[in-house]
Amino acid sequence: MSSHELKSGPLEYRTEQGQMNILGFWIFLGAEIVLFATLFATYAVLFGRTADAPLPGELFEPGIVLIMTFMLLTSSFTCGIAIHEMRRGSVKGLTTWLIITLLLGLGFLGFEIYEFIHYAHEGATLQSSAFWSSFFVLAGTHGLHVTLGIGWAILLLLQLAKRGLTPVTSRKVFIISLYWHFLDVVWIFIFTSVYLIGMVV
Amino acid sequence: MQLDEFFVTGEPLIYAGMVSIALVTAATIFILTYFKKWGWLWREWLTTVDHKKIGIMYLLSALAMLFRGGVDALMMRTQLAFPDMNFLNSQHYNEIFTTHGTVMIIFMAMPFLIGLMNVIVPLQIGARDVAFPYLNALSFWSFLFGAMLFNISFVIGGSPDAGWTSYTPLAGAAMSPGPGQNFYLLGLQLSGIGTLATGVNFMVTIIKMRAPGMKMFRMPIFTWSTLVTSFIIVFAFPILTVALALMTIDRIFGSQFFTLTGEGLPMMWANLFWMWGHPEVYIVILPAFGIFSEIIATFARKQLFGYKAMVWSMILIAGLSFLVWVHHFFTMGAGAFVNSVFSISTMLIAVPTGVKIFNWLATLYKSKIQFTVANLWALAFIPSFVIGGVTGVMLGMAAADYQFHNSYFLVAHFHYVLIAGTVFACFAGLVYWYPKMFGHKLNEKIGKLSFWFFLIGFHVCFFPQYFVGLDGMPRRVFTIIPEWMPLNVISTVGAFGMGIGFVIFVYNIYYSFRYSEREQTGDSWDGRTLEWATPTPVPFYNFATVPHIEDHDAFLDMKKKGKTTFEEDKLEPIHMPSNTGHPFIMMGIMFIASFGLVFEWLWMAIAGLIGVLIMMGIRSFDYDDGFHVEVDEIKRTERSARGL
Repeated sequence: MSSHELKSGPLEYRTEQGQMNILGFWIFLGAEIVLFATLFATYAVLFGRTADAPLPGELFEPGIVLIMTFMLLTSSFTCGIAIHEMRRGSVKGLTTWLIITLLLGLGFLGFEIYEFIHYAHEGATLQSSAFWSSFFVLAGTHGLHVTLGIGWAILLLLQLAKRGLTPVTSRKVFIISLYWHFLDVVWIFIFTSVYLIGMVV
Repeated sequence: MQLDEFFVTGEPLIYAGMVSIALVTAATIFILTYFKKWGWLWREWLTTVDHKKIGIMYLLSALAMLFRGGVDALMMRTQLAFPDMNFLNSQHYNEIFTTHGTVMIIFMAMPFLIGLMNVIVPLQIGARDVAFPYLNALSFWSFLFGAMLFNISFVIGGSPDAGWTSYTPLAGAAMSPGPGQNFYLLGLQLSGIGTLATGVNFMVTIIKMRAPGMKMFRMPIFTWSTLVTSFIIVFAFPILTVALALMTIDRIFGSQFFTLTGEGLPMMWANLFWMWGHPEVYIVILPAFGIFSEIIATFARKQLFGYKAMVWSMILIAGLSFLVWVHHFFTMGAGAFVNSVFSISTMLIAVPTGVKIFNWLATLYKSKIQFTVANLWALAFIPSFVIGGVTGVMLGMAAADYQFHNSYFLVAHFHYVLIAGTVFACFAGLVYWYPKMFGHKLNEKIGKLSFWFFLIGFHVCFFPQYFVGLDGMPRRVFTIIPEWMPLNVISTVGAFGMGIGFVIFVYNIYYSFRYSEREQTGDSWDGRTLEWATPTPVPFYNFATVPHIEDHDAFLDMKKKGKTTFEEDKLEPIHMPSNTGHPFIMMGIMFIASFGLVFEWLWMAIAGLIGVLIMMGIRSFDYDDGFHVEVDEIKRTERSARGL
């Protein structure tokens, strides 16, 4: 509960509370890894159990998924630049790059929603088979995380506009950047183990 | 939906339950209004972020849940005492063994231990609160609302009846339609949020907030057990979250994870459930080990024997706990190789556990043992738990397990480890730390009476079950054949003995509140660890000055050197968090959302979730930085607390 503030080092690490929040969030990400690992394991177990529904190879489209991947990977990069700008003390740079990050995230979401609707159209829905249930829940959980991340980041942008860079706002931004990179890592696994494998099998 | 579908009808026992709920609610409202205590309730309890108060609320709720689960147990034992009993019908019996198991594990054992952690761990490490006090309050309210959601099922909508393990396809929508199973899924999901948050909270608290000089290997052993338990929580609970979510989506939105259609895999539920469920067993036993270690060291008046071995064995148990889940379904038919692997990993757990048993014995060896009530529970634990542990190894042998599986032998085994381990530890810990929480000890004489009733009742109840299990009595049957009667009668007598023990324990709380001597110092048992260094009652900021730790058994060392936690010349203003009603309101809305989902009223669920998101937004804009306690106030508080 100490409120002593350090004079040097990154702004978000200067208070004890800031350090604790960041550590706590890392631990939370550990729990998130377990959550996604369970979903991946479920997907792997149910792989191929499509019943009467279409096979993934018939539906997955490399083009769209590749665009989505590029958008999300780029957003992770721009998120890194945003934090770099924050460390330089530039609120303007930070907000600009954060907004670019969010736009890329929104684009990703748009494609994902289109993709889901398209699959449903072709007869692959949450209800149609065990395989498609696990696909929609795995990809959907990731998409839900991205959605929540966008909403959360908008709240932080408002706070940045109002308060500028303080130990508290910089801590919040730093934590959401961890979250955003994490979602990117999860997507890489979805891209390879769901889409790439799904397209060849 | 008709009103008679909404409320459970046609069962006299349940009508009695409804009447008692209505009476207790009315009485509570009347008392609060008559004595004008609503404001007090809100300010002091519902909005508190103080870890000590949150801990006490956990303990009170857990005691209430122990009562509820205990009543379930006595009803089952009554039904099973004689062949062809008509006390409960098969449906009602199914509901009761389901709620008994779920309530005892999720809503009694865990919150009881988390309550003790909340009160004690920050005090043991010299911290002024947990790392995230707001989140801590959120955890508690998520647990309480989850527990309430689960508990109202027996009067509204109907209780779940597929066992606490809720195996599919039985628990799926096709075979268990209606809200019953949904209560299980959402009650656990809601309280699971809080448990996960508690895990994160205590990890950060213990890693970051220890008093200066308290290295990891100088931490009290209960704190160590909390840290290891938090690790298990963080890595096991998300599995439960996913499993529950998948079954919820199956039941409400028609997906095919665990169904018999659409190529779903019902046995995947068993795997997911026990990948969480087995670590869960260690979540409720490791803190118990920690509590016993503290108590035995205190009342043997010796340093805990083999402290480092104790810590490492806990870490080893935690690691192994993730590698044994298949032993819950050896008979599923995974094959000899898989069964052998899990058989061996299961038996390996006996090694670090055995190390701990010998360390406790070695701590007691050649010591001057004080037979206080707290210590009696700890001493009774050792042989009782060993019986449970040894029969566990028997069950762990896959080939033999084909005989024991699903019989009362198993029932006896897990009650021997969970009651002799966890429940004894809950009583022991509550008795031991009671003076720190409430400013007076529990009466020792009445405590001993309740202890002997409970201990003897426990062995009389469960020891015969090993044998009736070997005689072929399966678990989860609602009626018995005449051959099993004698042992079942004995078992039921024992169960009521435990019931009497519990009633005496509760009476002791009342009696001691009225007549016990008030504590003069904070050091009720001549303790060894830092929680006893604070005055009683503990000031809300815990430590006026945080001591520098130079040894394990920190307080013993301080007493030798004449140091206290009140060094007047070193006082500084203390920063503390403000109270807040957010966690209560947020989880209240979450309760409404979950309730809507239970009845599959999606409009209600969506409205509730939007409400929760709004609350999270409000929290995000909350920049309340707490307040400072000034030096003068600290001086005044400490002087009056210490009688200076």
